[in-house]
Amino acid sequence: MPLERFTEGDVVRVREDYPIGHFRTPVYIRGKTGVVTRSFGAFGNPETLAFNLPGEKKHVYEVRFRQSDIWPDYKGNARDSVHIDLQDNWLEQP
Amino acid sequence: MSQHHHDHDHHHDHAHGHHHGHAHSPPQPDDKVHSYYQILGVALKELLIEKGVVTADEVRAAIEARDMTTPAHGAKVVARAWVDPAFRERLMSDANAAVAELGFPMNTTELVALENTDEVHNVVVCTLCSCYPRELLGLPPSWYKSRAYRARIVREPREVLAEFGTMVPDSMELRVHDSTADLRYLVVPQRPIGAESLSEDELAALVTRDAMIGVATVRR
Repeated sequence: MPLERFTEGDVVRVREDYPIGHFRTPVYIRGKTGVVTRSFGAFGNPETLAFNLPGEKKHVYEVRFRQSDIWPDYKGNARDSVHIDLQDNWLEQP
Repeated sequence: MSQHHHDHDHHHDHAHGHHHGHAHSPPQPDDKVHSYYQILGVALKELLIEKGVVTADEVRAAIEARDMTTPAHGAKVVARAWVDPAFRERLMSDANAAVAELGFPMNTTELVALENTDEVHNVVVCTLCSCYPRELLGLPPSWYKSRAYRARIVREPREVLAEFGTMVPDSMELRVHDSTADLRYLVVPQRPIGAESLSEDELAALVTRDAMIGVATVRR
């Protein structure tokens, strides 16, 4: 089993990286900081599965981002948020 | 006499007297232009059938099963959660097992139920493609897959919901769930006020597809 590096409550930053290939990390969230809200366990890695290559499973977490941290001009409630499923290898400690 | 019969049964021959009082045009030819990827898909399907990997009947049956899945499945899940607190607990803690109890297995994906409350309204999108809990809601509506919805719901969700006629009070937290991986999300809307006397089936009839995506609420 791959290492589960983060747990609920951890502050994480999404890698700001734009590699070529198949990635399930939306571009709008790269480089943004959020909080892990749950850990979903390990799933097959779409980055290698897309090319039918072997690869180890990756942990997937739900990460909560405040809208105002993603869009500085956001106008709604300050607690409004986006929750995204992200793979372990896209997260780092800020 | 037999010739007379023939004329009346043969609807393409308009030389005879017309009895059914409406104009009808000839059947339209199937002149749809296929895109590169549609042609690629058809070619792949034909190869898999020729190689004996799948049969044409299996492909047909899979499409048929998809088309027979409707939001009524999800509505049953929501109504059960409204009337059965123990089921609601199971739905929130292990949604795959809970919906399987009602006869709706999730296949390869993991389901997460998102409960709307007085404080939080949830709405679901897949900004990368069209991830959707198809086992419970059937095929996604075209707007769910549109670039406009996918781009705007994470950028200005309150404005998008207002365009759907759904006003989320400023005091409520609006949570957008971007479904990017192996998880699928089902919104459990709030039970409408004044529906206390309704049966489970009557409640299920109130629950709509859009309410389970989170762009609408359930009303009586």
